[in-house]
Amino acid sequence: MKKLILSAATLAVVAGMAHAGSHSVVRMGTEGAYPPWNLINDAGEVDGFERELGDELCARAELTCEWVTNDWDSIIPNLVSGNYDVIIAGMSITDERDEVIDFTQAYTPPDPSVYAALSDDVDVTSGVIAAQAGTLQAGYVAESGATLIEFATPDETIAAVTNGEADAVLADWSFIETALAANSDLMEAGEPVVLGKGVGMGLRESDGELKAKFDAAIQSMKDDGSLNELIAKWEVSSQW
Amino acid sequence: MFEWCADPDTLEGFAWVACYLTNGKHLTAYMSFGTVMLLLAITAPVSLAFGFAGATAARSPVAPLRWLGKGYTAIVRGVPDIVFFLFFVIALDQGFEWMRHQVLCPDWTEPIRQGSDFVVCPAAKLPLSNAPQAVHEVYGFFLAVLTFAIVFGAFAANILFGAMRAVPRAQMETAEAYGMSHRQAFWRVLIPQMWIFALPGLSNLWMILVKATPLLFLLGVEDIVYWARELGGSKGPIFDYPHPDWSLWYFSALLVFYLGLTRVSEVVLGRITRKLSHGQATVAGEALRG
Repeated sequence: MKKLILSAATLAVVAGMAHAGSHSVVRMGTEGAYPPWNLINDAGEVDGFERELGDELCARAELTCEWVTNDWDSIIPNLVSGNYDVIIAGMSITDERDEVIDFTQAYTPPDPSVYAALSDDVDVTSGVIAAQAGTLQAGYVAESGATLIEFATPDETIAAVTNGEADAVLADWSFIETALAANSDLMEAGEPVVLGKGVGMGLRESDGELKAKFDAAIQSMKDDGSLNELIAKWEVSSQW
Repeated sequence: MFEWCADPDTLEGFAWVACYLTNGKHLTAYMSFGTVMLLLAITAPVSLAFGFAGATAARSPVAPLRWLGKGYTAIVRGVPDIVFFLFFVIALDQGFEWMRHQVLCPDWTEPIRQGSDFVVCPAAKLPLSNAPQAVHEVYGFFLAVLTFAIVFGAFAANILFGAMRAVPRAQMETAEAYGMSHRQAFWRVLIPQMWIFALPGLSNLWMILVKATPLLFLLGVEDIVYWARELGGSKGPIFDYPHPDWSLWYFSALLVFYLGLTRVSEVVLGRITRKLSHGQATVAGEALRG
């Protein structure tokens, strides 16, 4: 074991001498389970709106980027601990998260979250509502008077409704839209609610330089309309 | 994989299934079976080594060593596994990076802890942020093995500690009467005889380790349970191979895999028990004399 640690450390040291300098590679952390925002495609690679957006932003900011996936539950702790440099995972900008990490400007505007259920007359203020743990929607449901049940992945929230465990699920409309297309039994229910301040990239608070680069890249994509084109292509949200 | 898979929309029946089961995602998922087996193959001996060290330390006549051995088993056994698995990866990783930071960047003036951020100099990152993803994955796997070994080592230590005490006292007295030193008696008489007493506990531990491998995903390693969940979830038209929720099928396959693995383990452990019983002063050993 000691030898393993040593040889791993030596290897890393040698590799480190070859190219030093901060952020020669920017590691982009995403969840890979939230289509159409981010997903693992059939070839086993990260794909979706944020993959295309992230690659374009990296090209504009002249950064070399690499994609990694991480569980949603531990996506913020692993960012602040330095396992990757950016969270780009459909994460809404909220005050609560902003205390721990920094956000770039939003790349999609705040959009309504919608309920999906097996019938459209479900009472979403008193029933049992599924939401992904640690999301805006989970926070909203908890305060809406309904009974909240949380799941680790978005897929499980949909499964909870289709198997009757929950009366409805609350999530971003783009995700619900995708789920509706895959499950013919599901339909929209209740009134949409607007949550958050839009979706942005999350960075460590100590990483101001990188944040400025991405802010500028997002601004340039907003200015030349390419961001709107991407949003339209993947149907993730309303446009700017 | 097959040439005729180029356009999944035109496929039907068997061809669709064949192409679906051999797409890049499934091939990666099949590889993860190897990851799990590799984890077991490395973790089992390493935990046993940790356990052996812990048990010998706990028996040591030197008080600080004894406290260390007993403390290790008591603390690790007393804390819920999931706490260890969530805490250890980040703590171990930060610990390694902190040590590298002290050695590699003595001139660094900024604090390492900035609010909730953990910032070490770029050269101290482990692995370096520009290292290929494969290196990151190997490092993550290594952390997982270490975490599993620490946790399961504590249980193994307790089992071996008990097994060492179960060896009949008369055996040790005889060894000493023959003029063996303490060390000689330990290695030549106690150790060879203790395994048969340790085996029931160790085989239990092995079974628990087999079942604990899904915790790998908590440690950031994409294991078979992660892939079953990912592949089984319903896939909309955005994917090449859309399908409804097939979790049940994928998890059934896992069930078969794990049952098969535990069955094979039982057979192998049965043989080892028989082998170790030979010439032992136990009921099973006596029965084999016939």
